[in-house]
Amino acid sequence: MIRYYFKLGILSIRANPALTALMVAAIAIGIGACMSIVTVRHVMSNNPVAHKNDVLFHVQLDNWNPDDPFDEPNEPPSQVTYLDASALYQADRAYRQTISFKTSRVVLPDSEDAKPFQELIRATTTDFFAMFDIPFKYGGAWDDAADRTEEHVVVLSSEMNQRLFGGVDSVGRMLTMNKEPYRVVGVLSEWLPMPKFYDLNNNPYEGAEDIFLPFSLAISGEWGNAGNNNCWKPTEDGTFAAYLASECVWIQMWVELRDTSEKSAYLQFLNDYVEEQKTLGRFPRALNNRLSTPAEWMVNREVIDDSIGVLLSLAVLFLVVCLLNTIGLLLAKVMRRTNDISLRRALGASKSALFAQYIIEAGMVGVAGGLAGIGMTWLGLRGIENVFAEYDFIAYLVAMDWAMVLGAVALAIASALGAALYPTWRACNVSPATTLRIQ
Amino acid sequence: MLKMSKVSKTYRTDTVETHALREFSLTVDEGEFVSVTGPSGSGKTTFLNIAGMLEELTSGSYELDGRDISKLGDKERSRIRNEKIGFIFQSFNLIPELDVFDNVDVPLRYRGFDARERKRRIGNCLEMVGLASRMKHYPAQLSGGQQQRVAIARAVAGEPRFLLADEPTGNLDTQMADSVLNLLTDINKSGTTIIMVTHELSLVDRARRNIFVKDGHVSDGPPELHFAASAIA
Ligand SMILES: Nc1ncnc2c1ncn2[C@@H]1O[C@H](COP(=O)(O)OP(=O)(O)O)[C@@H](O)[C@H]1O
Ligand SMILES: [Mg+2]
Repeated sequence: MIRYYFKLGILSIRANPALTALMVAAIAIGIGACMSIVTVRHVMSNNPVAHKNDVLFHVQLDNWNPDDPFDEPNEPPSQVTYLDASALYQADRAYRQTISFKTSRVVLPDSEDAKPFQELIRATTTDFFAMFDIPFKYGGAWDDAADRTEEHVVVLSSEMNQRLFGGVDSVGRMLTMNKEPYRVVGVLSEWLPMPKFYDLNNNPYEGAEDIFLPFSLAISGEWGNAGNNNCWKPTEDGTFAAYLASECVWIQMWVELRDTSEKSAYLQFLNDYVEEQKTLGRFPRALNNRLSTPAEWMVNREVIDDSIGVLLSLAVLFLVVCLLNTIGLLLAKVMRRTNDISLRRALGASKSALFAQYIIEAGMVGVAGGLAGIGMTWLGLRGIENVFAEYDFIAYLVAMDWAMVLGAVALAIASALGAALYPTWRACNVSPATTLRIQ
Repeated sequence: MLKMSKVSKTYRTDTVETHALREFSLTVDEGEFVSVTGPSGSGKTTFLNIAGMLEELTSGSYELDGRDISKLGDKERSRIRNEKIGFIFQSFNLIPELDVFDNVDVPLRYRGFDARERKRRIGNCLEMVGLASRMKHYPAQLSGGQQQRVAIARAVAGEPRFLLADEPTGNLDTQMADSVLNLLTDINKSGTTIIMVTHELSLVDRARRNIFVKDGHVSDGPPELHFAASAIA
């Protein structure tokens, strides 16, 4: 019977090509508008470490100006000082912990003809890789000892490994940066954290750095910070040592705590630490330490632009208008077909048989609308890309994935079926006797 | 057997109440050919629609093959209509987007026959009405008489016990009407009960029994008398 309904659906669509095209277009445009915005929002609000969201915590301490919070109403700084980062790291009180910052080096490729290039680098500690479940293709992270002894080791992204070593297993090979040699200990598999949750202070959509090396190495080498830096009082003098001893915040700290008791113990430890520092004349503000999950941290840093919410409501409203339009068109179609409906009733079609017939026809329109909607979504995303062309991260935001494609089709079918309910109900309740009566 | 006793049907709108049938009582036995005549607006079509369960009755009782029909749900009514009743209307008879084959196929689909059985029945019925060669034609490509014969083929394809025809020759010229009537007579001879509404006296002769409807109920007496009476009135 289902096949019969499909056949009837095709016949009906063929009998009213213009009306059908209008419905498909209405649904497709509505879906396109919605799905473009949903796609952007989806990428923006993606949590790359969702599977570890309840064990990873971003650390904040309030070392800020006593007269002026870092952010209204009473937000602690979004990064930590070197003083605190190194003290907390050395205390080693969490199950895992990592401190890191963004810096840069000049890379000198091996081959004769390749030119040296400046590259952003993440200076971090060994647990960074294990905490964030970063996949390795070759080798692995450097060890604890390498962190302590400032060993010249690097971990490369698969992209960087491709660029420097043609993608082969380069573990053990040497790499020159600022005239110093470094040994490759690991190469990552494809890893694209969108947004870059571990450091949201700098562009969250630029993607991860392509070279990772020990934090201690960057500090002892007095490499500059290439990321965000905030200070509330002047440093002693312009030296790196003074910068390290300052109240400037520029380091991202994360800890892994396996359960709530570990978490409360760690928070207690942070509070004790700050109380102790207060006796030394630091931390003039009231106790205000924070541990945030990656999801909380992304909300806090407003990774999702406010305007996305407004755009999304507009797009949904637009879809509703398109669907109302579809309901009108379907009603017109049903009203034109009362003879057909009545005749089928007289020949033995039950209301449920008619309902199935009309819902399947609407479903077919929905599938067509969904497929056309994918095209519209693609166009919409290209439009967004053009408008925001100056941002190089936009390409990530406007990438369609399979989930979105399926989502568009599902939404289109659901919309078409939703729009078809009332007209179909009207169709089923056409009074056959009245229609077939000859006046 | 079809048995209506004291069936009433009232149409209500905001302003008027129309009593289309008042205490309409009638029994039709297996194999009868009944013609129904009466002035326009007397309730003939309403009677036929209620008999075919296209409409519900306001009061009274209706039994079809010994079963009280008035309290059944839509699914069951549709099933009985599909299996036991064949309809022929004056117009609106065929679905224009479907060819002759698919038009005759409609009730068989709802019946749930498999493809072979449907094909066999469609072939036989179209053969009977003399249109086997027109299976792939669309209604618009057929004359009025041919269309009505397709409708008859469709009405009998499911081998119903009752054939309900509402002015089946109303739109046809005499010659075409004759061929349609010959078909109906043959169908009746093979055992199908036929109830045919008509206002043409010449057709009444074909039926073995005639009933006359006036003001929503059955009047007794020979039709000629009533026609004369209604003409005077
Ligand atoms: N749906 C309806 N609403 C209101 N009145 C109706 C409706 N259908 C029929 N009628 C009225 O019921 C009466 C009987 O109609 P009908 O059965 O069609 O008569 P006939 O077929 O004998 O000409 C007429 O007065 C007609 O106007
Ligand atoms: Mg009538």
